[in-house]
Amino acid sequence: MTTAMLAKTDSVASSDDRASPPAAAAIQAKPKRRANPLASTRVQSILLLAALLGAWEAAVRLFKVPQHLVPPVSDIVVALWRGLATGPLAKDGFWYHGGVTVTEILLGFLIGSGVGLAIGIVVSQMPKVEALLEPYVAALQSVPKVAVAPIIVVWLGFGIGSKVMIICLLTFFPVLVTSIAGFKAVDPDRIDLLRSLSATPWQIFRKAKFPSALPYIFAGLNMAAAFSVVGAVVGEFVGAQAGLGVLILQMEAQADTGGSFAVCVVLSVIGIVLSSLLRRIQRRVLHWMPADASQRTVNA
Amino acid sequence: MNTNHERAGTGAGARGRPDYIRIEGLSTHFGDGGEGVLALKDIDCSIEQGSFVTIVGPSGCGKSTLLRILAGLLDYGIGRVVLDGQPIQGTRRDVGVVFQSSILLPWRTILENVMLPAEVLGIPAKQARERAMQLLHMVRLDGFEHKLPRQLSGGMQQRASIARALLHDPKILLMDEPFGALDAMTRERMNLELQRIWMESGKTVVLITHSIPEAVFLGDRVFVMSPRPGTLERVLPIDLPRPRSMDVMSHPTFAAASLSIRERFSHAASFD
Repeated sequence: MTTAMLAKTDSVASSDDRASPPAAAAIQAKPKRRANPLASTRVQSILLLAALLGAWEAAVRLFKVPQHLVPPVSDIVVALWRGLATGPLAKDGFWYHGGVTVTEILLGFLIGSGVGLAIGIVVSQMPKVEALLEPYVAALQSVPKVAVAPIIVVWLGFGIGSKVMIICLLTFFPVLVTSIAGFKAVDPDRIDLLRSLSATPWQIFRKAKFPSALPYIFAGLNMAAAFSVVGAVVGEFVGAQAGLGVLILQMEAQADTGGSFAVCVVLSVIGIVLSSLLRRIQRRVLHWMPADASQRTVNA
Repeated sequence: MNTNHERAGTGAGARGRPDYIRIEGLSTHFGDGGEGVLALKDIDCSIEQGSFVTIVGPSGCGKSTLLRILAGLLDYGIGRVVLDGQPIQGTRRDVGVVFQSSILLPWRTILENVMLPAEVLGIPAKQARERAMQLLHMVRLDGFEHKLPRQLSGGMQQRASIARALLHDPKILLMDEPFGALDAMTRERMNLELQRIWMESGKTVVLITHSIPEAVFLGDRVFVMSPRPGTLERVLPIDLPRPRSMDVMSHPTFAAASLSIRERFSHAASFD
């Protein structure tokens, strides 16, 4: 949801850029139109957000909704401020718990998707092994991985390891499945071209197969990035000593719903930063793809 | 390699051994095992070094299969295919292939695409770059070196793929319906350019097409194939002077050759 919003503002910004020459021409005809900041789509969407938050605040206060059910926006802002104005090691602060969660997310994402990609590459080069494993991969993919989270916590304990493991499980499959699909979708003509030049299997992989599969692999990585945040929070809910998920549980125990909302905001920001970083890398690596085409593959 | 360079520029005048490429009793099946469809049957022919041979036939006559066998991309069943005195076993470094589509790698610039064979075959980058620039000049793509394939038209992409096929200076150029996807105007221009490139480089060219005028215009000899199973129906020498211009199409020899191929086609079609 948040990533979708981010993508939307991105595309709005770029379409604004593209439209600038005709807009510049319009200035001369009607100088007043450009002067009105309300005409900008970006400003309008910010105003919309402000209006929604204002309506929330007003509704909560007007209908006297109990604070432990739905807190007013101002409470969330105060909780956010209180949580952020702490030292990095303060056990009740966002920085300490956020640091733990981000560490889990990064480790789990990197290991899980790394292993998924590696196995995807190896399996794709061996069609017989791929055919052998395919039904199991499909079956395992439909197992809801979060269901095994309690078992993993029993196995690996309340430390960071069990959370990393859960995220690995969640990120492994999308990257494995998309990379296998990506290698399967490589245009056989490209392989023939390399073969006609007497290329070695490694050259064929490096110069044709891998770059061809990259759009698919990035689609898997984008999914994995979103899953990794979910995995961290679920893992921390099940059993942990630190992390933003733990903080949410603690706050809920004290009926501090405003605080829980504030932690959710922090988690959203982590998710947005992670996916936009990934998108930036993707845009650089897949620079040769037309912008709309790369977007389409990601959504597919 | 050296003889190749010496011959360069003399074009059609320079001829080598008459059985540079020799195909004897070639039959091959499509699909795995023995139960596949018979794709080629009892093909026998020779191709002279430095000559331009066109193979024409209706779709499904196995002409692409024949080309893939010559390129070493496909194993053949019965018979013998000898190239420059050696039986074909897999792909060879002295062969360049131009496919139906340009197959440019979309993440590489035109120059990088043309230099691909150098990377694969281990030709030093500097030398390859120089040659790539020359070839891009020859196919009239100066100024497009650093563009991505999708920024070029279909005709330009196919010209880049011809430059790529020539980069490692192959002795034999195999072309599988290279201009099939182009519009008629571009196609005529590409035919003229290909003739020029061939005359400048002096290579042995085998070109597959389903266009009779293209086959007659380009070929020293036209191999006419019949479909299912693909057999070599006829070899037709085209006695027209080089370089040929598009005006040659109104020449009586051209008309006679086209007509006789067309008759073969309608004859073959009656079997369907």
